[in-house]
Amino acid sequence: MSEIIIENLSRRRFLQGSAGLTLGFCLPAVAAAAAGKLGAVATVNTEINAFLKIGADNSVTVMSKHLEMGQGTYTGLATILADELDADWAHVRVEGAPADAKRYNNTFWGPSQGTGGSTAMANSWDQMRKAGAAGRAMLVSAAAKRWNVGAAEIVVRDGVVSHAGSGRKASFGELALDAAREAVPTEVKLKDPKDFRLIGKQAKRKDSAAKTNGTAQFTQDVFLPGMLVAVVAHPPQFGATVKSFDASKAKAIKGVVDVVQIPQGVAVLATDTWSAKKGRDALSVSWDDSKAFKLGSDEILAKYKEMAKKPGLIAANKGDTAKTFAGAAKVVSASFDFPYLAHAAMEPMNCVVHLKADGCEVWNGEQFQTVDQGRVAAVFGLKPEQVRLNMLYAGGSFGRRASTHSDYVMEAAHIVKAINGKAPVKLVWLREDDMRGGYYRPLFHHTLEAALDGSGKLVGWHHRLVGQSILTGSPFEAVMVKDGIDHVSVEGASNLPYAIPNLLVDLHTPTDIGVPVLWWRSVGSSHTAYSTEVFLDQVAAAMGKDPVALRLELLSEHPKHAGVLKLAAEKANWGTPLKAAPGERRGRGVAVHESFNSFVAQVAEVTVKKDGSIKVDRVVCAVDCGTAINPDNIRSQVEGAVGFALSAALSGEITLKGGRVEQGNFDGYPLLRIGDMPKVEVHIVPSSAAPTGIGEPGVPPLAPAVANAIAAATGKFLTKLPFNTTELVA
Amino acid sequence: MIKLTINGKAHQLDVAPDTPLLWALRDTLQMTGTKYGCGQALCGACTVHVDGTPVRACTTPVSAVVGRKIRTIEAVDSERVGKVVQEAWRKLDVVQCGYCQSGQIMSAVALLSQNRKPTDADIDNAMSGNLCRCATYVRVRAAIHEAAKALA
Repeated sequence: MSEIIIENLSRRRFLQGSAGLTLGFCLPAVAAAAAGKLGAVATVNTEINAFLKIGADNSVTVMSKHLEMGQGTYTGLATILADELDADWAHVRVEGAPADAKRYNNTFWGPSQGTGGSTAMANSWDQMRKAGAAGRAMLVSAAAKRWNVGAAEIVVRDGVVSHAGSGRKASFGELALDAAREAVPTEVKLKDPKDFRLIGKQAKRKDSAAKTNGTAQFTQDVFLPGMLVAVVAHPPQFGATVKSFDASKAKAIKGVVDVVQIPQGVAVLATDTWSAKKGRDALSVSWDDSKAFKLGSDEILAKYKEMAKKPGLIAANKGDTAKTFAGAAKVVSASFDFPYLAHAAMEPMNCVVHLKADGCEVWNGEQFQTVDQGRVAAVFGLKPEQVRLNMLYAGGSFGRRASTHSDYVMEAAHIVKAINGKAPVKLVWLREDDMRGGYYRPLFHHTLEAALDGSGKLVGWHHRLVGQSILTGSPFEAVMVKDGIDHVSVEGASNLPYAIPNLLVDLHTPTDIGVPVLWWRSVGSSHTAYSTEVFLDQVAAAMGKDPVALRLELLSEHPKHAGVLKLAAEKANWGTPLKAAPGERRGRGVAVHESFNSFVAQVAEVTVKKDGSIKVDRVVCAVDCGTAINPDNIRSQVEGAVGFALSAALSGEITLKGGRVEQGNFDGYPLLRIGDMPKVEVHIVPSSAAPTGIGEPGVPPLAPAVANAIAAATGKFLTKLPFNTTELVA
Repeated sequence: MIKLTINGKAHQLDVAPDTPLLWALRDTLQMTGTKYGCGQALCGACTVHVDGTPVRACTTPVSAVVGRKIRTIEAVDSERVGKVVQEAWRKLDVVQCGYCQSGQIMSAVALLSQNRKPTDADIDNAMSGNLCRCATYVRVRAAIHEAAKALA
């Protein structure tokens, strides 16, 4: 649909004058041309500002600068804007914004557009409220002029602008063109939260209809005229390269069009996916493994255990731990092992690239616009703005599509380059490519020690971590790696909330491990919450204290942690006995953790059978994520986080042997199935604070809560993930 | 040429007989509601109905379904059970990323077509082949109960 963009100088001033709010974007030439055609265009979407278009049909289109990968972002952003606009929710729809860091940057990330770190709502809160309120003010001004009445007398409700005195009424669509000509207000009045009509209520998801009738568009669903599908033969080890290949048998397969070498391997291009796969199966490649990484995960872990014997770089230091431990009456210690984890989104990685005469167009579940745009441009010798990115729904990501190295996007671009852009290409990773493609949650080894003084008080804590850095070598290194400490390696450990007078956290970052690593839903907290919260229960056991009581004692300066902890404990009837069937052991366990400025406590109830197998029966969650924009989506995200985290705890593990990844599909890397999904209760702490994230924070406390429940049932603390239930045989 | 009947319509497809139904649907007919997830009948994202029974299209060669009634997510609302299930999914906002949901819905419709009052155990059993990485399972269960109520 064509769009009218109207030049408006005051709007540009607003753009320049308001920090964090990129309202209004106009190219004078385009605007002039559009203005000349105004009268001729009847069914148009008028761009009120960068985030809002209003259609002549009364549709309200909210532009989402963030990727919808399941976390409810499209609905959340639209809820914020539509509330301030006083739109009719039924008329609101959401479109993915194009790549344009000037208009659509993540305001927490500076001049960079992308989705991650559970920041979508938090960084957009003020921006979307102001965009909605400005749109509302412009509609009101337009109506006031048209009706010759005072703006203060005009009321807006559910998409209708009305004036009681004169009895006049107009829909948004009727006013849109006039509204766009109004000056953008330099100041907007935001609603008093008590007047919210959508925020905090039950605004339904905007993507439910399309995702239940098969029409939702994912990258996998893109078809372009003349498009070829590429399936790539990747090296069997990270760092190996193509020595030579024989494509004669592959080319004999019906449907195979071309076979080309790219830096990432050998790509088979065909008219359809099945032919491309058959072509790849028939391909013979010999690999040069001289620079390949050849260790197994057991060897990596052994190496880390050795490194953990020596002090690392200091990430946090308070008091005097050396002296404290030297004088301790009792020392508790433990070590923890965490495997590599694959994101294993249901939609394997894929990307469509089309090189055109004047630029390049990309279709992707796009999570890192600025980074990907720059890299694709470099492949083709284009300027970044010549690369148009279409952000489609992502069939899950969990961090995978925010690739620090744009890995699969670059692969697609290189294939197009190798065929000189003669056809648009859809790169399809089959499940095995996705599972073996690296960019895993890094393998980590932790050691912990706690010192108790003569009176049994917890006075010292020493936490040492060994694992690869995610950010070193990425575009974010300069900002997020300080003095050799990658912030995301130690998050959740270096900011331990407990009041312990002497605390030391140190880190070893091996640099000779050739396995690509990446953020995996909740990043560092995916392992630090486990080691800190399970170890704290071990300390509580040594002190003879109740785990909830000990935590509350130590959280006196962290009321939000304490708040969710108390709420979860109360709702779970903490302290009351659990009934167990004959031959079964049952226990309750707790964990509390802050990640991405949100606070989550969970109480898990677990049954352990004689054979050691476990069943998580129920998880009671309490969350404090500031203002609850969409309470039902918060519940949904936390329910899902429980399942996602439980999947990893029960069976998540990528292993390597001789540098080769041993898993390839869901037989080797099983995901949680419905029968293992516990009952989940989610309680939201009422809050009027600015919203924080909820996509990730439900993940970290789950595994430690379950482990602590297992310990309550069996006396055995599991310190290696995934759980080895043979340790629990009665 | 392979002749298939999909959602009540006859199609002639120029594909090899060993081509999985999944890729015939997606790449040849561009009926993209049915999803690729694993290629080995491990995840259920490609679930369609063949003569009313849920099957994994990724491991079903087109040659095996000639002359049989194939139904996909695109036509799931053409019968009452499908429409009710779809409505329950929307009412409870089951979806997150949505990629597996076509398969989830096809399996749920097959269950409710056979069993109008499934227990949690019946649901877990019938839905055990459908993975959801977002773990929407709490709501999948609830939506099936909701649909069963509406069908009663």
